[in-house]
This record gives sequence, structure tokens and C-alpha cells, in this order.
Amino acid sequence: MSYKTIERTTEQLTKEDFASDQMVKWCPGCGNHAILAAVENVFPQIGYKKENFCVVSGIGCSSRFPYYMNTYGFHSIHGRANAIATGVRLFNRGLSVWVPTGDGDSLAIGGNHFIHVIRRNIDLNIMLFNNEIYGLTKGQYSPTSPMGKITKSSPQGTIEHPFTVGELVLGAQGTFFARVIDNKPQFISQVMLEAAKHDGTSIVEILQNCVIFNNGAHKYITDKEVRDNNQLYLEDGKPMLFGKDKEKGIILGNNGLQVVKLGENGITEKDILVHDMKSQNPGIHLMLAKMKPPYFPIALGVIRSVESPTYDQLLDEQIKTAQENPATVKCVDDLLNSGDTWEI
Amino acid sequence: MSTKKQIIERESVVVKFVGDSGDGMQLSGTLFSDTAALAGNDIATFPDFPAEIRAPHNTVAGVSGYQVHIGKETRIIGDKCDVLVAMNPASLKANLKWVKMGGTILTDVDAYDAIALEKAGYTTNPLEDGSLSSYFVVSPNITTMAKETAMQLGMDMKDAARTKNMFCLGMIYYIFSFDLGTPFKLLDKRFKTKKEVAEINKKVMEKGFNFAETLEVFESIYHVTTVELPKGRYRNITGNIATAWGLLAAAERSGRKLFLGSYPITPATDILIELAKHKSLGAKVFQAEDEIAGICSTIGASFAGALACTSTSGPGLSLKTEALGLAVITELPIVVVDVQRGGPSTGLPTKSEQSDLNMALFGRNGEAPCIVVAASSPSDCFYQAFNAAKLAMETMTPCILLTDGYIGQGSELFRIPKVADLPEIHPPLAKPNDPDYKPYRRNPETLVRQWAIPGTEGLRHRIGGLEKSDLDGSVSTDPLNHAKMVNNRRDKVQRLATRVPQQEVFGEESGEILVVSWGGTKGQVQTAVKEMREKGQKISHTHFTNIMPMPSNTEEVLKKFKKILVCELNTGQFVNYLRMTYPHLQFQQYNKVQGLPFTVEELKQAIHNIQ
Repeated sequence: MSYKTIERTTEQLTKEDFASDQMVKWCPGCGNHAILAAVENVFPQIGYKKENFCVVSGIGCSSRFPYYMNTYGFHSIHGRANAIATGVRLFNRGLSVWVPTGDGDSLAIGGNHFIHVIRRNIDLNIMLFNNEIYGLTKGQYSPTSPMGKITKSSPQGTIEHPFTVGELVLGAQGTFFARVIDNKPQFISQVMLEAAKHDGTSIVEILQNCVIFNNGAHKYITDKEVRDNNQLYLEDGKPMLFGKDKEKGIILGNNGLQVVKLGENGITEKDILVHDMKSQNPGIHLMLAKMKPPYFPIALGVIRSVESPTYDQLLDEQIKTAQENPATVKCVDDLLNSGDTWEI
Repeated sequence: MSTKKQIIERESVVVKFVGDSGDGMQLSGTLFSDTAALAGNDIATFPDFPAEIRAPHNTVAGVSGYQVHIGKETRIIGDKCDVLVAMNPASLKANLKWVKMGGTILTDVDAYDAIALEKAGYTTNPLEDGSLSSYFVVSPNITTMAKETAMQLGMDMKDAARTKNMFCLGMIYYIFSFDLGTPFKLLDKRFKTKKEVAEINKKVMEKGFNFAETLEVFESIYHVTTVELPKGRYRNITGNIATAWGLLAAAERSGRKLFLGSYPITPATDILIELAKHKSLGAKVFQAEDEIAGICSTIGASFAGALACTSTSGPGLSLKTEALGLAVITELPIVVVDVQRGGPSTGLPTKSEQSDLNMALFGRNGEAPCIVVAASSPSDCFYQAFNAAKLAMETMTPCILLTDGYIGQGSELFRIPKVADLPEIHPPLAKPNDPDYKPYRRNPETLVRQWAIPGTEGLRHRIGGLEKSDLDGSVSTDPLNHAKMVNNRRDKVQRLATRVPQQEVFGEESGEILVVSWGGTKGQVQTAVKEMREKGQKISHTHFTNIMPMPSNTEEVLKKFKKILVCELNTGQFVNYLRMTYPHLQFQQYNKVQGLPFTVEELKQAIHNIQ
């Protein structure tokens, strides 16, 4: 059941209803263009009145997003989008609030707000553009850059362990986590639609390619030669099969997940793990979120989507309960005259 | 009551309750001040406690106190006390300097064992060595008597010993000629769900009262003049509660729901706690993960159409400065309440200071003017919180309200206003589908932009922290546009100077000496000036509430005096702001930075010493 309190439209909206008149200033070839197109496509499908969309961002290349969408928009300060969006959404549950953010914005300077918004399960749609680099400041390593990565601020390679976005989200008790790649706009739209429907914080990690400062960071997943073997598209209730002819699959062995080939060692489709995105236990979701080449394919699509009360809904319920209680003050005059008062 | 007793008539008296934190001194103090107020006295109170919740037992560091000033006119808590109730040697040691010569000290002899004396730093017992001969000392076996009474009623030994504060309070009620009817009612209320605890406390209190009466331990009892206040309904209120209520009143008056995004911090936490109680008024209170999220959620709620506020103290305001700049450039109304404490850094968390003024005025990157107002007393916190919300919304500008630990936690009588009698508030809301709406179109007179709330039809727009072009608000790096926008944001605030209440003078409007104060020191400074004027000295006083901008008649007021003395609890932040604003005027300064309020005596001395 959905707890959405956002007014729907009777109009047939199109992509054009959300296109802004601003010139898009991302670099030619940047993955963000495809993401923007996907989001413009998905907003009309969601079905809310166009005035009820609100896009809140921080700082970074991804955070220019609000200027390129014709919605209510707020381009704020570095790392704080999730905190600002929290205020917008808590105050008005009639808004569909979207946060485009990056691996620097949400996982470094805004890391605290990111984990707390997830923990509280506030109904925000967070799109985390992960390009494993700081683009706007021209090429320093980020919290998701792989260990040893040589960048302008790590000339001998980084000496710190990167975050895995999904691991952080699930550690913070995330109720919705999905992963997509920037070169598949249709698939992005499809996942975004699922994210929009979710009650609570949805995190969609978008593996995004920065053509200037980190070109090819996701090549080991996206290249034509490797992609069939290195990408697993998850579908709820379906076995986890991948490979050119879906000849490979994932099983749950004694030591965790394992890649197997159908037909080898008597393995049939029946042995393959079936994806259950609604499982309350995040154990398998965590294992899926952490999978990566060379030993595993990377998991794409909705990894976790579970029901849990949202903070915004619970807050409104507390207010309603307080207002219905005949013992509570009903106006400020009541309050001023409550307790010990006396006439002089 | 014994007829031998001398009755001393007094216009006001100061009583201070001190003991270990955990000895129930705050409870004793509040019960006493509420009783006095209900009996028709004016009151002012101030709690004084250490930063540690339960500091080491019997040490000077762990002393907690509550000072109460009752009588005819008590706009301050009083410099020194007439009666000190000290529960142990450490609290006596820490507070003896605050007792008037000849004052009464009530203390518990049971607490003066060798270990406690040593912990307090006494080499000899002050009750025996003659060092207290300038005072009237009463030191019965308080713990023993309280414990005995409470245990007879079935309390266990540990809890029974803790009723000693009630025994003392009973004695104090006796010497101030109060009967126990009111305190009993107050105890019933406080222990509503623990009737047996209320009964035991009442019995112990009565025992103390009777002990004082029958054993004639006191030579004299006081009769304190009641107050002649304007007619009306009154209550006792602390500055922090008044601040919370002022914000709620502004929300109701403006038709905008209240949002508070806040992170707990001493001494501002009570604002968060108070507002969290009032969900029935529709207030949305969000305890954020940090100070930054506190203000950022506030900015988000303001964008979404709330009367949005955040409450903090100095270290928190430091963390909020970047986001304050965002509120300035996006021209969103927010109220930031700073209950100032001693700084820098963690500083003196439970003590009071006025040292965040520079940060409130200038503590942001770029040219980022905020409105700044300062409350002058606990009850004034109500009006200034209301005022801050009104100014912020009507000017679409963040407003910083400066209070301090002293007025935030202190209390005084509050004449209850009617919400309908408070000024109207008109937020500049944009109309749905207004074809002429532009995010940065301004009212030509006030320079205020409109508030277009997400969800409203036909007003979709973008705002942000990048400089924006005049009118349409799109991103702009044009040099002349930037200059224009900077000036607009400044002038919008400056133009309030004619709309805020004009600066008033207490005393002659021109002459030799003008004493200047701002914020929470009003009571002490005005009392000092008044007492000197009563002795025939021609001294005037002006007190500032509107700090940025200052009222437009400020220069007119100041320049009519030959000498101006600016008194403040910092090293001279307001005086330097005055020097910067009025460079052709001469200012002298008197400053105190001890984490303590001014005393009237030291102010009188400073005014007397003026060059």
C-alpha cells in the first residue's frame, strides 16, 4: 500500500512540461545528459501535478540539475542537499522531492546528512551520480575512487579505502537501493519510476562517466566486450542469470555468493538464486551490492525495496494525535494561559 | 509564631539556594519563586549550574545554584543575597562572596565532616573557626531531621536523605512569612503521578517550617512588600520558554506553520524541548543530526513556506554560518536564535556572555547582511522572538535573535498578552498563476522579493547559492548585476531602520552622560542608572534591541550627550560597531567577560569613573 500524499494531475504531461529554457552547460559527452533525458521522461509518467515536483541539489556537476528542469528547484551548498530536502519534505508532504547529488557531495562533505536521511527513511528520491572523481574542482579523488587511483591530489595513488555506495546505504538501514549505468536511459527511467513509487528514502546509484577527468572509470563494466559477463540485471522474483546467452548465474553457496555456469556440475536454472528485493533481511542485498568484477558481475536494477514507516508520515501522525487529544492546547492564547497564572 | 521575633519590612530580598548538583537546588528555587509570585511579589530568578550533570560530590566544581529575587520591583536577580541556603561546605565556599555583610546563612551541619571540608578546600571548619562572624549563621542537623521524618513515612534511607532540601525550604518559608498552602499545591502538581512522594516532601517541609518556628533559631523574620503591577493576568516565564512561545505566536499571527530544525546545545536546548511539546499547534520540530542540518532543514522548510527557525548557541552558530549565507542570497526568511554563552570554542557552556555579536553581524563569507535583534529580559524574549519572525518574513531575510544564558534560563513575571493584540504579520506571498511573477522582482519601496511556495500553480522557479540576475533569478556572473544584488540585499535590511521602533532615552534627552547597553544587560544597567539618578546625578540611559539595522534616530540620540559609556559583557563588540557606524562620535567602554552578569555596584562604579 502506498502512503503518498502528493496531488496527482488530470493533465497528460509530457517531457516538454519539465524541460527548462536554460542552456545545459555540462561537457559534451558527459553522462549527465543521458540522466537528464531519462528524468525528464519519467516525471510525466509519475503522474503528479507539475508544481508538486521539487528538485534540491548541493554542489558539484550533478548539482546543476535543478537549473535544467522546469520544476521548483533549489541549488544549495556543498553537501547539504539532503538536509535541505529533509526540511522541504517534512514541512510539505504534498511535494515529490528529488535530490541529484554526487559521490563528493553526499559521501564526503555531506556524508552525515546522507546516512541520517536514510536512517530516518524520509520520503526523498536521491539520485547519486557516482563518477569516482571530483569533476567540478577538476580531478581530485573522491570517497569512491578505487585504492591506488592516481589523480591530481593523489599523484602516487590514493591510500584510502573507497566506500561502496550500496554498503553504506544498507548499513544505514536503507529501504530502497538501486544501481544503474548512465548509458541506458530507458533502464534509468524504469528504475526511477520504481524509486518514485517507494515510500521512504530511495537511493539510485548511477554509474556515471566523467569524460574529462575520469574517462572510462566504469569501462570494466560497460565495454561491449565485457558487459554481458560483468553486468547482472536483477528482476524481482526472477533467477539471477547473466552472460550473453544467460548461461551464467548466481547461487548462494557455503561461502556466500558464487558464480556458476548452467549445465556444469549438474547446475540447472532451479539452483540459481531468485532475487527477492522485498526481503527484510538485508544479507543477500548486501552481498549483491558488493559484487564486482573480476570475480562477479556488478548487480544492476533494484537491489532492495522494503516497506518501512517514513519519518515524514510518522511526524504527521504525531501531530494528528496531539491535535485530536482534547487535553492539548489548541491555540497560542491557550498556551499562554496554561499552567500557573494569576490575576493582578 | 513567636511574638519576640522582630519583623523586618523589605522592598525586596535575594535568596540563593546552593548545593551539590543533584541536591535539588533548582527545585527548591522554583518552588520558592513560584510561591512568592503567587503571593503577589515581583520575581526574577537565575539558575547557576555546572556543565557536568553530576560533578564530583562535595566539590566546588559541582556546586549548583538557584538565585531568586522577590519583592516590589525585581528587574534583575540582584547582586548579592540576603539569605544563602548552602547544603554543604563546597557550596558555602563557592558562594560566600555573594552574601551581603550581615546576611543570613542557613546550612546543614551534618554535611560538615572532615572529608567534605577537605574536598571543599577548608583546613578548619568554618562553622567553628569564627570566619563567618560577619553573618548570621543557622546550622541545624538538617539531613538527620529530614531523613528521620521521611523514613518514618516509609521512604528508604537514600531517598529520605534527599528530602533535606524540602526541610530547608520549609525553614525559608517560615522566615519569609509564607504559609505552606501554596507550596503544598505546587508539590501536588509536580508529583502528580507520585502521590506518596508529594506527601513525604510536604511532611518534611512542614517539619522544617515548624522547627524554625518553635526553636526560634532566627532572630528576625522578613516581610516582603508585594508588587504594584498593571492589572492583568501574569505568569512566571524563562527566556527560553518565552522565545519558543513568541515563535509560536508569530506562526499563528502570520498564518505560516512553524518549523524548528535544531540540534541540542546548552543553554539553548530548552527552546527545542518546549516546541517539541506543542505538536497540537501544528509545529513541526525536527531534531537534526548536527547544527548544519538544523539550519539547512530550516532553510528547506522556509523554501517550502514555513515560519522556519533554528535555535543554537555560539559553537552552533559557528557551524551554521555557511548556510546563513545561503539564506541571505536566496532571500529566504529564517529565524536563528542564538542563546549566547561564554566562548570561544566550547568556552563556558553554562555561563553567559554577549560575545557572539560580531559573528551575528559579520560572521559570513561575502557581503551577507542579516537582521540582528537582541532580547533584553526573559519576558522580552517573547516579544523579540515574535519580532524576529515578523522582520524575517516581511523582509525575506534571515534574522538572528540574540539572547543569552542569563536571560534564557532566568525567569521573571510575564504579563500575558492576547495574540490578537500582537502586531499583524504580512508575509509577501506570491499569487498563484501571477503572469508577472519573477523570483527576484522587488517591492520598489522595501526591496523585498516575493515568497513563491512550491506546490503553487504557475510559479515554478529555481533559486540557489550562485549569484543570480536581478528579476528572473537565473545564474549570473555579470559584474554590475552582482554589485546591484549586493546593494539590494544590504539596502533591504537598512531600510528597516525607519520601520523598527525608534531609540528611546531613559532620563534627560541630552546632557553630560549617556549610558548605552544592548541585549540581556538592560535590567542591571537601568537599575544602576536609576539608583544614581535617585541620588540626584544627571545620567541618561539608552538600550538597544534592534542591532542591525539600528533605529534611524540612533545618531540623533547619541550626539546630544558629551560622554557616552557603552557597557557590555564582552571586550567591546557593540562599542566598536558604534565607532564604525558613527566615526565622528566618541565612545567609552565598560566591559566584563567573566561569564557572569554585571552587578549594579560595579556598573555604578564604572559610570562614576567615566572620564
